[in-house]
Amino acid sequence: MSAVIDVHDHGHHGPARGLMRWVLTTNHKDIGTMYLWFSFIMFLTGGAMAMIIRAELFEPGMQLIEPEFFNQMTTMHGLIMVFGAVMPAFVGLANWQVPLMIGAPDMALPRLNNLSFWILPFAFALLLSTLFMEAGAPNFGWTFYAPLSTTYAPSTVTFFIFGVHIMGASSIMGAINIIATILNMRAPGMTLMKMPLFVWTWLITAYLLIAVMPVLAGVVTMMLMDIHFGTSFFSAAGGGDPVLFQHVFWFFGHPEVYIMILPAFGIVSQIIPTFSRKKLFGYTSMVYATSSIAFLSFLVWAHHMFTVGMPLAGELFFMYSTMLIAVPTGVKVFNWVTTMFKGSLSFETPMLFSCAFVVLFTLGGFSGLMLAIAPVDFQYHDTYFVVAHFHYVLVPGAIFGIFAAVYYWLPKWCGHMYDETLAKLHFWLSFVGMNLAFFPMHFVGLAGMPRRIPDYALQFADFNQISSVGAFMFGATQWLFLYIVIKTIRGGKEATQEVWENPEGLEWTVPSPAPYHTFSTPPEVK
Amino acid sequence: MSTERSHEEYYVPAQSWLPIFMATALFLTVFGAGSWINDMTAQVGTGTSRAIFIAGALLLAGTMYAWFSKVIRENHAGMYSPQLNRSFVWGMGWFIFSEVMFFAAFFGALYYVRNLAVPWLGGEGEKGISNLLWPNFEATWPLMNTPDSEQFPGPKEIIDPMHLPLLNTILLLSSSVTVHFAHTALKKENRQKLKMWLGLTILLGIAFLFFQVEEYIEAYQQLGLTLEAGIYGSTFFMLTGFHGMHVTLGAIILTVIWLRVMKGHFTPEKHFAFEAAAWYWHFVDVVWVGLYVFVYWM
Repeated sequence: MSAVIDVHDHGHHGPARGLMRWVLTTNHKDIGTMYLWFSFIMFLTGGAMAMIIRAELFEPGMQLIEPEFFNQMTTMHGLIMVFGAVMPAFVGLANWQVPLMIGAPDMALPRLNNLSFWILPFAFALLLSTLFMEAGAPNFGWTFYAPLSTTYAPSTVTFFIFGVHIMGASSIMGAINIIATILNMRAPGMTLMKMPLFVWTWLITAYLLIAVMPVLAGVVTMMLMDIHFGTSFFSAAGGGDPVLFQHVFWFFGHPEVYIMILPAFGIVSQIIPTFSRKKLFGYTSMVYATSSIAFLSFLVWAHHMFTVGMPLAGELFFMYSTMLIAVPTGVKVFNWVTTMFKGSLSFETPMLFSCAFVVLFTLGGFSGLMLAIAPVDFQYHDTYFVVAHFHYVLVPGAIFGIFAAVYYWLPKWCGHMYDETLAKLHFWLSFVGMNLAFFPMHFVGLAGMPRRIPDYALQFADFNQISSVGAFMFGATQWLFLYIVIKTIRGGKEATQEVWENPEGLEWTVPSPAPYHTFSTPPEVK
Repeated sequence: MSTERSHEEYYVPAQSWLPIFMATALFLTVFGAGSWINDMTAQVGTGTSRAIFIAGALLLAGTMYAWFSKVIRENHAGMYSPQLNRSFVWGMGWFIFSEVMFFAAFFGALYYVRNLAVPWLGGEGEKGISNLLWPNFEATWPLMNTPDSEQFPGPKEIIDPMHLPLLNTILLLSSSVTVHFAHTALKKENRQKLKMWLGLTILLGIAFLFFQVEEYIEAYQQLGLTLEAGIYGSTFFMLTGFHGMHVTLGAIILTVIWLRVMKGHFTPEKHFAFEAAAWYWHFVDVVWVGLYVFVYWM
């Protein structure tokens, strides 16, 4: 047993020095930090691509770039934001917060945790390197529909496929680690129904990840075989079907969009009670609503494909099952609003982002309901209305959720309060910028402007210019976010242990900044 | 041991070189494989890309060897609490679930082409209008004549389910039974029987792989059943091929376990590595039953 004690003592030293600390670390806080920085770098990279897209779309006609490059930009923007920015940011938050919130000493499998992270820089180096290859980067949209991504794809599609394989492996290992941590490492007394909602939503997200990332691996493998080894999964000439691609892809893709929003639901469910100074309304129903959303996410995939030529029974089934999702989502929005009802509200930055989340995510949900109606989707399909819809659920949904989480927990991570004035400025500029960028897209979409086209008819010019101005504003504002975070890390008012006024949760029982090792002895939860 | 004490002793390893080696190896492997495949399709020299792939694969194998050795050493040094063992149990269980979903994608594709896409192409059903593409095409399953027989010449014949596949079914199902006997022997501390039953399981697995290779040779040389033979060949080889790769991996895992048994590892109470390997083997077996029914037989 002496070996155990030696190792245990060793663990109480602080972090190692130098660069190798980050390469070799097994500490959940270090790995969480790396995930968050990586995600931010990807956010700026994917954002730069969005700026190029909006610059080209500032005026009708072709100005800055070739259509071929425009296609590469829309494709890479989507892939990088989904797999490089949003997903790793949530994994980073899970790494930092899940052990702190359940009273665990670290993640269940620390070395695997390090591997999950370090695969990502390699995977994205592989993906981004295609931009500099002769054949050009993938240009078939982030949904990579066959045969665009098979018969007509640039040769770099091979690297895209293998990049997806290893980032999928990273996600699966990360998700297994999070599930094992949550199911096995909770402090004594913390039953499942006492877990903070962020932990609950991550448990369900991890389940979704393990269920659908292998399906994504399967579909890219079929592409690889079709391109290089003569199979005919997606070629009707051999008896296959290009529509098969869409079915398999969206069987992955729809749960994937919930993977990008459920952790944000959890974050908002932590923040709103703190700044309403009330307990969360309807905790149990929140858990059941999240589980229902996850369950339904497997039964709705073909609502992305209403115009592809499905039997009528299919159209109807997927239309009604999609609308059903509005029920548990409505339960959640009701609970957030009811938590605020008659609370003593204050509007620090995390709360501002959370309120904007509730309102604007709901707006994105409503346009989703419109898209769910199969007969009218024939009009909306592949227009800017779709682009407006999913940017409303992803930007003020997922990304505002991440901003809220960072402002809420940053004082706990680095021991300083952020600059409230600058942070509020960051919120308002982001809020105005993103609405300017995406709201007009509803109008041009309903009027028939197609997505993923570098040119457009003259009558769309005004709304597109407003969109571009809003996008530049939102993009530029994120440098302010970077400045605020660096400023907070380097100094600022000392944060107290509780940081906020009587917040709930174990993470507020450790000092700020949280020591390198926390909960080596588990706390007792009553 | 009370819950509280097992919590106190949860082993959080110090810094480790293993993950970064593994990530580098994975990168080299996929970058090499991607370049190699692209070079082959472009019909240019494959020397460099193949070298990168082989270097990556060797580094991957070496790192995995080092990683598992380290875990075994730490385990024998008594660093792992029962709670940490439960993390391994959860980890393996969810890993197998992810594998199930990987096969589900291919089974789903098979279901879709057999019951929807091919009949529609043949003019049957609600989307039978697809028949306009190739008006002479007739839908059958197995699909012997593809819509465009020049690009994708269909198979002349398919594998008879009552010969090699039936034999392979018997081999693999028996191997699931023998691995269970090995487990029982381990729990009863009967090492001789453990070695015998586990060894027999591995031999059955190798015999399965041998006949699978025989079947592939027959398919390619005599039946005209190839990857290029339209959607039947595509689904046939992808499903059986990925299954075969999993049997290979399972046999390697069981061999490692067998070597550890020979070195005297595992006790009747503590042998999760053995159980994990057995779970994996049973999983591979269950997938085979699905394959036998839906790919070969029905």
